[in-house]
Amino acid sequence: MTQRLPIGGRVDRTRTLRFTFDGVAMTGYQGDTLASALLANEVRIVGRSVDLGRPRGVFGIGSEEPNALVRVGDDPMLTATTVELYDGLAASGLAGKGRLDPGFADDARYDKAYLHCDVLVVGGGPAGLAAALAASESGARVILLDEQPELGGSLLGARERLDGRPAMDWVAAAEARLSGVQVFTRTTAVGYYDHNYVVAVERRTDHLADRPAHISRQRLWHFRAGRVILATGAHERSIAFPGNDRPGVMLASAARAYVNRYAVRPGTRAVVFTCADSAFAAGDDLRAAGVEIATIVDARRGETVTRTVAGPDGALAGVEIGGRIVECDLLAVCGGWNPTVHLFSQSQGRLRYDQNIHAFVPHLSAQAEQSVGACRGTYGTAACIEEGYAAGGSAGNFRIPVSDARHEQPPAALWTSGAQEEAFVDLQRDVTVADVARSIGAGMRSVEHVKRYTTAGTGADQGKTSGPGTVGVMSALLGADPGAVGTTTYRPPYVPISIALLAGRERGILSDPIRVTSMHASHVARGAVFEDVGQWKRPWYFPLDGESMDDAVLRECAAARTAVAAMDASTLGKIDIRGADVGVFLDRIYTNMYSTLAVGACRYGVMCTADGMVFDDGVTTRLAEERYLMTTTTGNAAAVLDWLEEWHQTEWPELDVSFVSVTDHWATVAVVGPRSRELVTSLGVPGDMPFMTYREVGLGGVAARVYRISFSGELAWELNVPWAYGRTLWETVLERGAVPYGTETMHVLRAEKGFPIVGQETDGTVTPQDLGMSWAVSKRKPDYVGKRSHARPDAMRADRKRLIGLFSAERLAEGAQLVTAAGMVGHVTSSYHSAALDRPFALALSRDAHGPMEAVWDTRRVPVEIVSSVFYDPENLVRDGSPSTWPVSHEGDWLLDRPVSALDAYRDRFAVAGADAVVRAREIPLAIMRETHGADPGEDAMRLGPEWWIGPAGDVDVSGQRTIVELTGPRARDVLITGCALDLDPRVFGVGAYVQTMLGRAQVILRRVDDDAYHVYVRSSFAGYLAEWLLDALAEWSHT
Amino acid sequence: MLLIRCPFCGPRDETEFHYGGQAEIAYPADPSALTDEEWAGYVYLRDNPRGWFHERWTHSAGCRTWFNVRRHTVTHEIAQ
Repeated sequence: MTQRLPIGGRVDRTRTLRFTFDGVAMTGYQGDTLASALLANEVRIVGRSVDLGRPRGVFGIGSEEPNALVRVGDDPMLTATTVELYDGLAASGLAGKGRLDPGFADDARYDKAYLHCDVLVVGGGPAGLAAALAASESGARVILLDEQPELGGSLLGARERLDGRPAMDWVAAAEARLSGVQVFTRTTAVGYYDHNYVVAVERRTDHLADRPAHISRQRLWHFRAGRVILATGAHERSIAFPGNDRPGVMLASAARAYVNRYAVRPGTRAVVFTCADSAFAAGDDLRAAGVEIATIVDARRGETVTRTVAGPDGALAGVEIGGRIVECDLLAVCGGWNPTVHLFSQSQGRLRYDQNIHAFVPHLSAQAEQSVGACRGTYGTAACIEEGYAAGGSAGNFRIPVSDARHEQPPAALWTSGAQEEAFVDLQRDVTVADVARSIGAGMRSVEHVKRYTTAGTGADQGKTSGPGTVGVMSALLGADPGAVGTTTYRPPYVPISIALLAGRERGILSDPIRVTSMHASHVARGAVFEDVGQWKRPWYFPLDGESMDDAVLRECAAARTAVAAMDASTLGKIDIRGADVGVFLDRIYTNMYSTLAVGACRYGVMCTADGMVFDDGVTTRLAEERYLMTTTTGNAAAVLDWLEEWHQTEWPELDVSFVSVTDHWATVAVVGPRSRELVTSLGVPGDMPFMTYREVGLGGVAARVYRISFSGELAWELNVPWAYGRTLWETVLERGAVPYGTETMHVLRAEKGFPIVGQETDGTVTPQDLGMSWAVSKRKPDYVGKRSHARPDAMRADRKRLIGLFSAERLAEGAQLVTAAGMVGHVTSSYHSAALDRPFALALSRDAHGPMEAVWDTRRVPVEIVSSVFYDPENLVRDGSPSTWPVSHEGDWLLDRPVSALDAYRDRFAVAGADAVVRAREIPLAIMRETHGADPGEDAMRLGPEWWIGPAGDVDVSGQRTIVELTGPRARDVLITGCALDLDPRVFGVGAYVQTMLGRAQVILRRVDDDAYHVYVRSSFAGYLAEWLLDALAEWSHT
Repeated sequence: MLLIRCPFCGPRDETEFHYGGQAEIAYPADPSALTDEEWAGYVYLRDNPRGWFHERWTHSAGCRTWFNVRRHTVTHEIAQ
């Protein structure tokens, strides 16, 4: 460590750290960066440039670094200047870019979290620290971010004295006075979005030799701030002259900070080349550290460095000044300062070019934002502190410290010197002045075009040191003012961030909620193969040992058509609709009539959007005079509820109608087949229920709803019990002889009957008439949503695609094109092999129903025969079963006596995770919950909407709709903020407060029931997802 | 991430809402009285201004309320 100074700096010489670079063992100190440790070990060449392969060394001091790219462990590309040294670190230099190993999976933990504040201060240098101090004195909730391990900003690398004492003493004193400010170090703000939404990366364990696996390595913070104060400082810029990229050429401020902060000499004999005063302080500090200053070249006196000279290794050996060569191994360059306006610009603030300091500075704010200090173009520590404190909004008195730094004169504008070739504008992208000149010679005038043509500013550093330099070079070549050239757009992220960080914990089973029914555990135990339907896991088929899918489906279909079979139909959307005007409302929403439906009767309905296209379908039942139950397709349940609310709230608020989702409350078992009556009557269902009717029935001692409806054409029943009894009912039905079947068999059975599936036969361009369902479209009603569109000429064209049936010798591919002599006329929408017909069949949409037709897909052409779309029992002879099998109802001689909660399987895991932990989760078992629309039903009901209540009393039983998880402990809030974007600060979210919002990716009601206790109400089908999410979150706290 | 003020629940992140398109497009009182062209105008044609826009949102992850918002389509500023 020959270039390490014996004293000084902010490194801890009592803690020696071993590391390797390109396989060579070296040591550094606690407090080093990899860059400072490499310089201390006299490593001048860190890597090679991306295109030209030129040797490159450390150029900067922080995240602006364009050159010193390294691989560290599994991280394929980092800058050595931002890697904190730790014991055992293994790094290697890169040739301009890293390589991602495609086989590597980043298993480190990443997460995100949300916080709110009155004032967010970005940057903990003198201006930001003063701003945070003032803001905290005003009583505001303040958050202060800084990307360094400690506060101080530019003062960390200076020898400046404030009030006669080292400047870091002032920093320490100011930091000690920050009361109630949440300070995040090692945290870089990377994005500034609409409405003062700032996203920042906290590097939580990257600096540790032993990284605890249960703590997220990096956390993506989402801050919503009332006001944002940007104190992001400034980046020094370089000057473009030939050979300005050689190892040993360094920004003057960086050279200064290496000696002051890290006690490392970046060279032994230096030339300083500058057009600004700040480099003189750098020269002073280098000299004080024992670096020989060969000369200081001040462009304002008419001198320039015109090229560099390399030694045998390609690193700097000397510079040319006025035609003579001056030997040196360090060239400290200062081309002036660029205020770090990245976040300001991201916030949509407008920049202007300041002719005095030759830099772009903030001009007009677009949000509640203020830039202070060097990022606003302010020079001098005292002036930055004064500006920051004033922005903080304190009414108190604050003495601005007196600095011993010399007053700086304005810089000169110097963009280039010497020849154009090998004069680098962008070090990381190997772009030279000559490249910029060529692009201008090719006719480009816009900086955006030059950027894309030359690639200047497109490296991982996003041109932090080069961007304004490119503008300056363009302005010099064009003879234009830099302000007229303008800048390229600043886009997030400010520093590179990994995709793994953005994914956070939303990976694997947490990537999207997995919704399951109350019967899911039974399906898993039975070996079901699942299909994703929206977020639901639905049994696709139930293979017996060694059975193929085709064989399983044929067997399941045969059971439904010849004996008795059962399906879990719980996923269908169910909406309880109440009010005096439900009939009128449904008449307008559906294409057919509902106001005339008898109580206890069911009717199939189609609903269209205003353009007349099919939107959803399902069976709706009149439960009582003023109460209906609507079913929707599985994937459309939420959209249909939105749709009903939209029409009610925005068009027909005068109608007395309200909606309660009961999808998760009711577990549904469809019992299907000619022998289904025997089975359901054995459970207590009246066997004489007519087709398309409904009864409330006691099943095994539980109030159940039974619908005699059929989606298969067979005699069929849908048995509905509350969630907690679904699994037992399902097991009972199977015990009594039903063969379980999945969605594939359901699809085959319905296709044999010619029943379309919304989203399979329809795609938003299909009317009910196209599906041959004019019978479900009322001619008598004055209007329904979509009616006027059905009368448009386009809807009545003779050549619209219509639903047809197809026979073919082999099974067709779904999506296959239908081709006649006239060309393509349609496509196959559904295709199966039928057990009942013992042949392949298909449904299709076609504008032609005549003549020879082929189905075409891949390289196949298969002749098809056009037939009716109803393949099975067109006269509906079998749907009522055989009259001889109409026994009367059995008395209920069995009991649904085993309620099973949605979190039954998680009880033990919660207990294990919560043992001795600072946060615990458990289920609140089986609470009575009812929803009401209208007046407060009392009994401590929660108000969910203007007239929407949930509590132990009320109109609609929804006890099974939601499951309640209790989260307790002093760290409960720390868990919640990793998935809830709301402000959960105890001062804002008091005991007793409740909200409907999102936790993770699940919709919840969140209620604070005590100081450190929360209840989370989650839809029962999402309960397993939420439990997994919580257990994953608890992992961080069960180790402490 | 827009911050949208739900009239019942207060300010929430944009991800809790669904967008409802241009506001104040009333359903015609008697659609059958409209020409095909007039009806197509109701169904298909909406303004797309550069500037202030009166639009509908619904708080689908919360209270399910539909409400109107004035938003600037360039700056995303929301008029309170």
